[in-house]
Amino acid sequence: MVGIFNKIAFRGGIHLPDEKDKTKGLSIQTIPIPERVVIPLSQHTGAPCEPLVKVGDLVKKGQKIGEGKGNITSTVHSSISGKVIEISPHPHPTGNNILSIIVESDGKDEWVDNLKENEDYLSIEPEKLKEIIRNAGIVGLGGAQFPTHVKLSPPKEKGIEYVILNGAECEPFITSDHRLMIERSSEIIEGLKIIMNILSVKKGFIGIEKNKLDAISVLKSTIKQSHTDGSRKFEIEVVGLDVKYPQGSEKHLIKSILKREVPSGKLPMDVGVVVNNIGTAYAVYNAVRYGKPLIERVVTVTGNGIKEPQNLLVRIGTSLDFLIQNCGGFTDEPEKVIMGGPMMGVAQYTLKVPVIKGTSGVVVFSKNSAEIDGKYQSCIRCGRCIANCPMGISPNLYGLYFERNMVDEAYASNLMDCLECGICAYACPSNRPVVQFIRQLKSEVLKKKKSGKR
Amino acid sequence: MEKDKEIKMLLVTPSPHIRAEESVKDIMYSVIFALIPTSIAGIYFFGIPALVTIVIATLSSMLFEFTYQKMTGGDETVSDGSALLTGVLLGLNLPSGFPWWGTIVGSFFAIVLVKLLFGGLGFNIFNPALAARVFLLISWPLQMTTFPRPAPLLAGESFRLSVDTVTEATPLTAVKTIMLSNDLSKSIESVTQIKWFDLLIGNRGGSIGEVSAIALLIGGVYMLYRGTISWHIPLSFIVTTGVFTTIFYLLNPGMSANPLFHLLNGGLFLGAFFMATDYVTSPIEKRGMIIFGAGCGFLTALIRQYGSYPEGVSFAILLMNISVPLIDKYLKKRKFGG
Repeated sequence: MVGIFNKIAFRGGIHLPDEKDKTKGLSIQTIPIPERVVIPLSQHTGAPCEPLVKVGDLVKKGQKIGEGKGNITSTVHSSISGKVIEISPHPHPTGNNILSIIVESDGKDEWVDNLKENEDYLSIEPEKLKEIIRNAGIVGLGGAQFPTHVKLSPPKEKGIEYVILNGAECEPFITSDHRLMIERSSEIIEGLKIIMNILSVKKGFIGIEKNKLDAISVLKSTIKQSHTDGSRKFEIEVVGLDVKYPQGSEKHLIKSILKREVPSGKLPMDVGVVVNNIGTAYAVYNAVRYGKPLIERVVTVTGNGIKEPQNLLVRIGTSLDFLIQNCGGFTDEPEKVIMGGPMMGVAQYTLKVPVIKGTSGVVVFSKNSAEIDGKYQSCIRCGRCIANCPMGISPNLYGLYFERNMVDEAYASNLMDCLECGICAYACPSNRPVVQFIRQLKSEVLKKKKSGKR
Repeated sequence: MEKDKEIKMLLVTPSPHIRAEESVKDIMYSVIFALIPTSIAGIYFFGIPALVTIVIATLSSMLFEFTYQKMTGGDETVSDGSALLTGVLLGLNLPSGFPWWGTIVGSFFAIVLVKLLFGGLGFNIFNPALAARVFLLISWPLQMTTFPRPAPLLAGESFRLSVDTVTEATPLTAVKTIMLSNDLSKSIESVTQIKWFDLLIGNRGGSIGEVSAIALLIGGVYMLYRGTISWHIPLSFIVTTGVFTTIFYLLNPGMSANPLFHLLNGGLFLGAFFMATDYVTSPIEKRGMIIFGAGCGFLTALIRQYGSYPEGVSFAILLMNISVPLIDKYLKKRKFGG
């Protein structure tokens, strides 16, 4: 099969309605500084941060206000200048209450002193660069929020050959990376160079789905220019990818671009690759070049529940309420508010939750337009979940195992390979909440592991 | 009230938050829609009795499902179209002159015994309509093999309003009779010399819905185009039947019908496109489907050539239905990175 049409894709996957038209042509807008921001101390994978400030402290924009212990952790910064008014658990996009620092704005929006600029950023030592990235609180901005400095520290023996920037943006509705690629292309390329320097890699790729041809051509011409400006040679290739969900999954991106398959249970570095999101590269550049920590990101606010869908540059900690006000408000009574895309995003119960580092978009469905997960029927064995599963596993089984509490059998049927991309539940004509079955089974497996039964 | 608006409830459900539009009901109705051409062909050739048989089968199937669920307190599933589909398929699998009470017994067998007692849609082992066809064939062999003569209107015949007492052996039965009689004075060639055009449009004896190869093909292509079924089962079924009838034809000169005759006769097209492709009772993955279809084809050819029944499609599919769990277990797709 491979090679006949030289398709830039993987097996399985599905074509989803695109829904990006509302915002893909809109340039990134800034919004007023919010009156207060909520900075959760956990916006990353790993140990949560501990607060470095107390209630009543005055903080500046970009000031580090939380830091975690150990290596797999990150830092958080105040995204506005003002006063710490509260440190307490606060609703978080994951649905839990997470210890957060609430800062009230003084309206001045003053940067912290001594931002360390580096004009000659390509000659900084890798270790120093990683320190800068850690201190800037940079994590994977694609949604996983894995600390970037950890990702950029693979063991030597892994022999990293390639860096891939992920600009696939395969979730419907979301256009934040798309706009960033068009409007901040040279910063992204420079960020990629910094990442390649850290890993001493000679070849980098930028993978972009072919529904973003404008971004592909902008990045291509930016690369051409940057090669002629006399800077060190970096070989960077932009790859147009088939439009197919989940093209933006790390493993599938690598498969599409390099034809390498990350073995089950392993990581991209096991096949010599490190993948970073477009937005992460942009944040790396800002941190290394200008000393600016990660305090803002681009968020697409869209859906039929939003009056004026937009791509906004938003301070971390801005509440959804404020975001939506700045998009003209709701069209009608909102029914569902999703943080992230409709396939993997999390439905929110309150608009008080803040934008965090991994928030790529907010999708609002207005009254009577959200899919209500109500009744579901038995599996009729149509096979759509299997035919479209990008991991080549059999999602139909998990519902049956879950209903019969057969955790071991589920584990033996490649349960842990599941990405939770949502295709199985999307395609299921019986409306079965397959992803939910899988999550529940996974948590049962982890419980068993913890209690030592596995 | 204004205050209520402030704290209105947002809907929280697990991801994904969008769904493909196709429901179980849509799938069932797409199959029923695909059965319209062959139903029309059946009514065209066999008249009102064919229509009556289909209607009785359909109504009684839905009634049995409804009644059973009322009695057992189960969820209402009549509206999902599955009972309707089973009824239509059962009707199409019967001879046009089949007694009405037999049709109702068949519906009961299909819906209650084969489907609902096993747990309802999704849990039945056998294709309900097909199991009922075989049950009726074994229980009332005479009525199930009495096929009224087709009456094509275009050939000047009048539309049949009641059951024609003139019956006609199906071509496969005629062949089998000669084979079993072992009478070499009669030549199978003489039986198989039917006009190919008649076989294609369905001008032959047989069950209501199985006679017209063209009409079945139209429905099959519609389902393939729409993605209701994939090509794997019908193609491997029909090709394998062709391959083995060819082999048997060459092995038994003079004592077997030619392969093309086999392909266009009996219930092969109805079986390959509509019965063997039933999701619940066929393999769930593509490679398994090919094995399943090939098994159906091989058994069909084997029974037609060496069995005592003239037709083997129904038995072949039912036998392969039983092997589905085994096929599914051993023919899994390769997982990503595994």
